[in-house]
Amino acid sequence: MQNIRRKPVLVAATAAATTLTVGLLGACSSGEGGSGNGTGDSAATGTYTWWDPYPQHDDSSDWAGRVQQCGEDAGVTISRTAYDTTALTNQALLAAQEGTSPDVMLLDNPAVSTLADTGMLTTVEELGLDTSAVDENLLAAGVVDGETYGIPIGANTLALYYNKEILDEAGVDPASVTDWASLTAALEQVDAAGHRGITFAGIGTEEGSFQFLPWFWGSGADLRELDSPEAVEALELWKGWLDEGYAPNSVIGNSQNTTWEEFLTGSFAFVENGTWQVNSAAEAGFETGIIQIPARDGGGAPAPTGGEFIITPVQSDEARYDVTRQIVECMTTPEGFVQTATTFAYYVPPTADGQDALLEENPELEPWVGAVRDAKGRTSDDLGTSYPPISEALWTAVQNALSGAQTPQEALEAAQADAESATS
Amino acid sequence: MTTSPTAVGTRGADAGTGSVPVPAAGPRRRRRSPGPSQWTAVGFAAPLLVYLVLFYAYPLIRNIDLSVHDYTIRAFVQGNAEFVGVEKYVEIFTSSTFSTALVNTALFTVVSIVFQFSIGLALAVFFRSSFRLSSGLRALFLVPWLLPLIVSASTWAWMLNSDNGIVNSVLSAFGIGQINWLTSPDTALISVIIANIWLGIPFNLVILYSGLQNIPGEVYEAASLDGAGAWRQFWSVTFPLLRPVSAITILLGLIYTLKVVDVIWIMTTGGPGDASTTLAVWSYREAFGTGQPDFSPAAAVGNVLILIALVFGFLHLQLQRRQEAP
Repeated sequence: MQNIRRKPVLVAATAAATTLTVGLLGACSSGEGGSGNGTGDSAATGTYTWWDPYPQHDDSSDWAGRVQQCGEDAGVTISRTAYDTTALTNQALLAAQEGTSPDVMLLDNPAVSTLADTGMLTTVEELGLDTSAVDENLLAAGVVDGETYGIPIGANTLALYYNKEILDEAGVDPASVTDWASLTAALEQVDAAGHRGITFAGIGTEEGSFQFLPWFWGSGADLRELDSPEAVEALELWKGWLDEGYAPNSVIGNSQNTTWEEFLTGSFAFVENGTWQVNSAAEAGFETGIIQIPARDGGGAPAPTGGEFIITPVQSDEARYDVTRQIVECMTTPEGFVQTATTFAYYVPPTADGQDALLEENPELEPWVGAVRDAKGRTSDDLGTSYPPISEALWTAVQNALSGAQTPQEALEAAQADAESATS
Repeated sequence: MTTSPTAVGTRGADAGTGSVPVPAAGPRRRRRSPGPSQWTAVGFAAPLLVYLVLFYAYPLIRNIDLSVHDYTIRAFVQGNAEFVGVEKYVEIFTSSTFSTALVNTALFTVVSIVFQFSIGLALAVFFRSSFRLSSGLRALFLVPWLLPLIVSASTWAWMLNSDNGIVNSVLSAFGIGQINWLTSPDTALISVIIANIWLGIPFNLVILYSGLQNIPGEVYEAASLDGAGAWRQFWSVTFPLLRPVSAITILLGLIYTLKVVDVIWIMTTGGPGDASTTLAVWSYREAFGTGQPDFSPAAAVGNVLILIALVFGFLHLQLQRRQEAP
């Protein structure tokens, strides 16, 4: 036990050591494979499966090294498979149907309640995990009917990046943008100076809802009442920007990546985007900065949390849970959280300890940590599995209103009717 | 699965022994001796039968099974979906998306086919008279067919982009204002149809071109001796003689176009709203396009689509039979 506890600290101490150990491990196992089949078989019994949505991190990456290290500390080998985010949910469902679920999975937080609802996930109590240190607003996405089904391994959220050169030229002080009125005024000034104002993602997928929610919640609207006056006001804000030409018409089909590309061209003053672009923003050809997305009447709007949960599907062989718990614990120590945070270009740790440790290393992330503390899970407020149909109705309304097919009022009334019939 | 062919085999064997006068001396032997040959026949047919059942019958049956049960995610995993009969069909027929999707499907299919066929035919006729570089040019027209769909559809989406698309920048050079090709409910369907027409031309060109090769040159010679001009030759010789090939090209095109998802999904995801949603896109979106897979209505929409395709399939068979008859 002591040994297990000690090792993650070692891991955190130097990332280089990790890579080295993994390199040695790889060399060892290939040697064994060459000597005979018998050793290979006995190793297979100690193999734990791991799925995550990070195909960009291949087997030689730091991330894969960390995963392997956690397996090694628990005395087993981890066989890791990376899927695309949307494919992962479908794969998980199919695997659960066939009874071939992986031991550990990392899953996008709004999907956790959906999988939990199928009964294919173990609760943290069943596994004996401690979640008391995790921020409640971040843990909420994994709570269904009072039971917790996973631990966030990190969180990200949305804010407004700005192009400092454009704002300087237009004479806008980013600190003056504190509510919707001052933001629209700033866009007007930028537009008058001959630049584009703002770009965001209004695409007809979950990303569209994700991007709209800070404005929706910032207006005081509730996901259970999509056609409230507050909701209409939020949609009218977006629609108004399009009509005035402050935002390009292409936002209707833009994904978050596309909006970021648009921003990097240097022609936009603002872009709504997430923590994961911090590195890219630093490398942009112009000076950038961030402000929290303002609420209608001032202050920061609650932005939706993004980020993955570490979850543990039910296994027929319950004896596996003990090692699974050790693997999960290894990934969720404060040091582990910070390491995950830096591996993924600034994933904010979900615990106060982790956040403090991250800020010690990267004090410039202060506004992001603040934004994550204010953020709100999409499936929280006990929405759980009701969220996906509501979200679909919401992004459809955004699309219909922005494209001019319906007025914001009509679009949201239709959305509320759709959401009610889908969730009843 | 394997039991049904076996049963057919033995029944056939019995019928054979019954009709042929069998010497009483060795009924056991006799009955056995056709056995192996029947078994061999079944054995040879078995891979095909297994293949057909596994890859054609089972998915269809499974699709119907999905559509008459209420497969929520929980039911999908636990395998205890409740039987709901036609409820899912009622749900999709009364959905506000249904009429939009049906009209869009009809428009998408018919307009695509009309243009694909006429442009393909025009090009085929054009390439019939071989000239220098004609084979090279013809090969170039196959490019849309060779490109991966994700590449061509993304390229179209980029070209038709409202703000930085090349199409709008050309139009603005002529003083035409910005057209929101993919993001306006009025033009989104037109945009995906244009892209789909471009994609479908090579298919029509190739088949019609090979059809043209079968028309003997003498017919044209005779026609020109009678003083028929190019236009007259086309309508009086080429078109009627190409009719059998044309019919099949159009029918195949219809069935292919009905089930197009990829082009539309990549370019507009069926949006804005439902503006470019066809039945196929709707089915895909219900099943895989949202955070919560809804397999039952998706399967129901899929079945409706299969029925529509089946009608055209029978039409195709009917036409083929009529052609073979004389």
